[in-house]
This record gives sequence, structure tokens and C-alpha cells, in this order.
Amino acid sequence: MTVLRVLVAKPGLDGHDKGAKVVARALRDAGMEVVYMGLRNSPAKIAVTAVQEDVDVVGLSVLSGAHLSLSSKVLAALRESGGDDIPVVVGGTIPPADVPRLIELGVAAVVPTSTPLESVVSAVRAAASS
Amino acid sequence: MDRTPEHRTASGLPIEPSYGPESGRDLDRIGSPGEFPYTRGVHRDMYRGRLWTMRQYSGFGSPEATNERYRFLLDQGQTGLSVAFDLPSQIGYDSDDPDGEEEVGRVGVPIDTLADMEIVFDGIPLDRVSTSFTINGTAAIMLAMYLVVAERQGVPQEKVTGTIQNDILKEYVSRGTWIFPPDPSLRLIVDTIEYCAERVPRFNPVSIAGAHFRDAGATAVQELAFTIADGITYVERCVARGMDVELIGSRLSFFFYTHMDFFEEIAKYRAGRRIWARIMKERFGATDPRAMMFRAGVVCGGSSLTAEQPQNNIVRVAYEAMASVLGGVQSIFTAAWDEALTLPSQETAELALRTQQVLALETGVPSVADPLGGSWYVEELTDRFEAAVLTIVDRIDELGGMVACIESGWVQSEIGQRAYEDQHDLESGRRPVVGVNRHAREEPPPTVEFYETPPEEVERQRERLRRVRAERDDGRVRAALDALAATAESTDNMMPALLECVRAYCTVGEMTATMRSVFGDFQQPLVV
Repeated sequence: MTVLRVLVAKPGLDGHDKGAKVVARALRDAGMEVVYMGLRNSPAKIAVTAVQEDVDVVGLSVLSGAHLSLSSKVLAALRESGGDDIPVVVGGTIPPADVPRLIELGVAAVVPTSTPLESVVSAVRAAASS
Repeated sequence: MDRTPEHRTASGLPIEPSYGPESGRDLDRIGSPGEFPYTRGVHRDMYRGRLWTMRQYSGFGSPEATNERYRFLLDQGQTGLSVAFDLPSQIGYDSDDPDGEEEVGRVGVPIDTLADMEIVFDGIPLDRVSTSFTINGTAAIMLAMYLVVAERQGVPQEKVTGTIQNDILKEYVSRGTWIFPPDPSLRLIVDTIEYCAERVPRFNPVSIAGAHFRDAGATAVQELAFTIADGITYVERCVARGMDVELIGSRLSFFFYTHMDFFEEIAKYRAGRRIWARIMKERFGATDPRAMMFRAGVVCGGSSLTAEQPQNNIVRVAYEAMASVLGGVQSIFTAAWDEALTLPSQETAELALRTQQVLALETGVPSVADPLGGSWYVEELTDRFEAAVLTIVDRIDELGGMVACIESGWVQSEIGQRAYEDQHDLESGRRPVVGVNRHAREEPPPTVEFYETPPEEVERQRERLRRVRAERDDGRVRAALDALAATAESTDNMMPALLECVRAYCTVGEMTATMRSVFGDFQQPLVV
């Protein structure tokens, strides 16, 4: 079985990175390779890094409420960078009503803040194999 | 009811079934209220002399809405204002900057120029109200704006009271509103401390915050230890500038979260006062009692609140507020019960304030200084807490101090590890939380609502910014920004140059970009 490579990044200005870091540790403990990009990444930088690092999944963490706009910008940037086959998983404070909206935008899976770590790991695995 | 199998505090300190007279016998270590080492409080008569300040955090979408909320809160008997800024204002972007377009007005008020700050404080007399600003990266700019608003009201600088958080070190670790690298950021902080010491003596130019470590997942012990280590760094930098240690010490205050472990939180404030008093006296040679006093403001709520069964948060906040008072803190912010779900309404914000008023006026708790002093358990826990904190502070000294520990990512990693363990404890039920992993009931997943700034308010903000840019004196703006760049290159205090920029209606984005061109950007260590 090949080792999954996952990019974990925070787009936008929001600095709450506890969730992103906890998830990054959980993915590592589950045997994945994690590229952690830290805070305040532009959609373009996330897309370019995802392609360069040849990751299987991009994980975005957004707690500011700007998840719809930021996710759609990252998806667009991935298309422009030739990374449109890389699935995107979005975590953070996501109101239930926005989950179908994110899926419609092209997000592979949504893992809101109360999701157990095991389910986050499964969602990333499922996204990678879809 | 099932109980925690292991008996430890939330930070992991062991707890015995009961305590007896073998604990808390060293009366010199404990001292008396108002006396060194201040274990029992910084005032002899504590809340008899003066109640704690009831300070509610607010900031809404636009300068106009913020002003309206402030007038309401002052009418309700609140005694101090607290300002929350939106993210672009915290990181130095103007409201029309594409990098911050999703965030204008979202988590607080947008401030682009002096014109916005004038609206926020319109009709609020700055010689009679004290204001606390949760601001770090752009703290010196916001302080300059507040001082110019006071100036225009005819209030001299020496009468202005309040606090700016201005604690950049914890931003590198947990909240992320850093702009410049640590060295120039620390220089700006020392500039504000020095300027306030000389010109604005009633203003607290730095509030050293542990609360954000807590939000990132730190235990209460780590929260206090990292905060003390940050405090040591600020004092060292001020001393290196040649400032008088007595003056520096008297200007500092601290800021924490009070969470749910009742006695541990009380022990935290008692231990914090004792540790800080010793550090100021023994490490820095302070002799004036005011320079040794650990004055703390606290927030009750934050990550101790749950989105599930959210009204349980009313009870949590009430216990946390009582622990804070028994711990002898100087100001309290009680979060609204719906904070984990949305921006508080007027009604829930009022209930949060009433929680403190009931505690202050009906329970009798504030009548006696340090009512738990001499409790065998509380004294023992205070001792253990102190020892655990000092172990971490010593380790940071060995690793070269807090700046080195932040640049290497050590602090971030220590907190990240604890946050990860805590998530497992929560999911496995080792840490019980009512409504989440105990006594949960079938309910639809909690709905989190974000405050969406009405588009017309964002547009009005951008329109005001355009108008200010069009109407201001461009020559004065250019000269002020050039002088700011020149001052940044020198070792002079930055505050006079910032004050002139503010008076010239330079924008927050322009001032930040000018300083960034000299200071550079912080390179974040990418550790989890």
C-alpha cells in the first residue's frame, strides 16, 4: 500500500491553527505523510505547493466563516495549476447548511470541528481513493 | 454518576483524597493579602476597596455599530470598554485589500484610518472610560489612533486610561496575527512601553496574555509558564533599553482564561502572583512593591464552552467567574453562552454581565480577601502548580529564552502535543464534558452561525476609506510615511512618527507596509 501524502494548510487570515495541527498529527499517526503549510496561505500558493509536492489530498482548515469563498478560490487555483485531480477536504467551523454547498463547489469531503479524528482520517482516505 | 477514574487536575497534577495540616505550613511563602509575595492578592482589602472591572469584549461589523453597542453597555453599568478588531485591521491590511476581502468586519470592527476610530468613540468621554484593545501586530498604530481621538476630545494624554494587549510573542505561537519578525516587533513593544511610561502614565501598554496559549490547547500550567516566560522577555528588552525596572514592572498586566477545573484555576492565580513577584524582585532587582505585582484580567469561557446543549455554558461561566474572584483577579470578561455558536446578541451579552453582577452583589464572596488562603488543599495545589510552572520556565531559560523557543517551534510543538492528547481524552471520554461525551442527548448537530457583515456595511467602510484618501493632504501623508520609514531605520522611539501618520490620516495598511519594508516578515516555523 502506498503512503498517502496530504497537504494541510490554512487559507485566509484566520490564525486558529489548533485543529489543523491536531488533524496533521492524527494523519501522521495513521501512517500518512503530511506537508504542513501553516497560516495565511494564498489559494495560489496552496495549489502550486500541492502540485509540486505531488500530494494525494489537500486539507483546508477554515474557522473564520469564510470557508465558501476560500474553498472555491483554492479549487479554482488547483484547476489553473493542473491539480484539478487532487481532492480537497475542508475542516473547521462549517454550518451544516454549508456542507452541501461545499460539495457542490467540488470539495470531496467536509469534516466540521466536532468530527472524531478517526472519521477525519477515513474521510481523507476515502477522498484519496475516489 | 460515573467519575474520572484518575484523580488529577486538568493540567495533570496529582490530587490526594484529602489534605491535612502538613500542607500550607510555610506562612512566609504564603504571606498576607497585599504583601510580598502576593500569593493572597495584590491588595490588602481586595474587593472591599474596589470591585474587579467588569469588561465585556465587543466589536461589531462597523465603527457605527460598535459605537452603538458601547453606548448600550455603558448605560447598563459596564465599567470598561473592550475593542475587538477584524482580522485585516489586526494584520495591517486596509478594508479594500484583496488579501483580506473575506474578513472585513467579520470578527470585529474594521479600522482603516483615524476617521473610523473617531466614530467608534463618538460621544464617549475618554477621560472617564477605560478601554482595552485586543490588538497586537498593529498595537502601536491603534494606540496612536486612540491617543489622537483623545487629543481631539480635549483629553490630555496623561488622563487616558486603558490597555493594549501588545503581546506579540504569543501571537507567534497561537493566534497568528504576527507581521514582523520577533526583534523589530519587540522593539515596537518597548517603544510603546517607554512612550506610555513618559507620556501616558495611566495606560497599560502591554497585557501579557496566556489565554491564547490555552485556546491553542495548552494546559493551565503551560499557560502560566509560557506567559511568565514572555513577561521575562519583555522586561529584559525594556531593561536593555535602559528603562527603570520599577517603572516597567508597574506597567505590566496579565491576561488568562479561567476554565473549568475550579481549584486549579484558583491555584493558578495565587501561584502566578508569587512567581512573578519573586522574578521581579530576585531576577530583576525590583524593590517597589508595585513593580512586583501580578495584576490579572481574565476571560471565562472560550474553549471550555460547548456548542452542544449550549445553555450549559451559563453554568460553566458562572463557576469560572467565581473561581476567578476566589483567585483574586482584577478584571473579568464573562462570555455569552452562545459564544461557541455565533456572535452574542444583546440579550445573551447582558446575561453574561449580569452573571458577574450577581456574583459581586449577592454572594458575599468579594467581602474577604483570599477566602481560601490557608485551605490545606488550595495551599498545597498552589505549591505544586508553582513548581510545575518553574520547571518549564527553567527549561525555556536553558533553551535560550522564549524568542529562541518560538523561532525553533518548541513552544508550538509542546502545545500541539497537549492539544492532540486532549482531543483523544475528549473523544475517549477520559475528560468528561456534559452534553458532549456525558449526558449527551439526541439532537441535531449544533448550528454555528457566523456574523456576516452586511455587504452595505463593508461597502460603506470602503467608501469612507476612499473618501479619506481623496480628502486628506497627500503631501502631509507622504512626509509622515517617509518619517516613519526613517524612524524605523533608526533606533528612535516609533510613537511620535506613528502619531503624526495618524493625524495625517495615513491608513493602517500604509503604516504597516512602510514598517514591513524596513522590518521584513516573520518566517513561521512549520511544526505541528
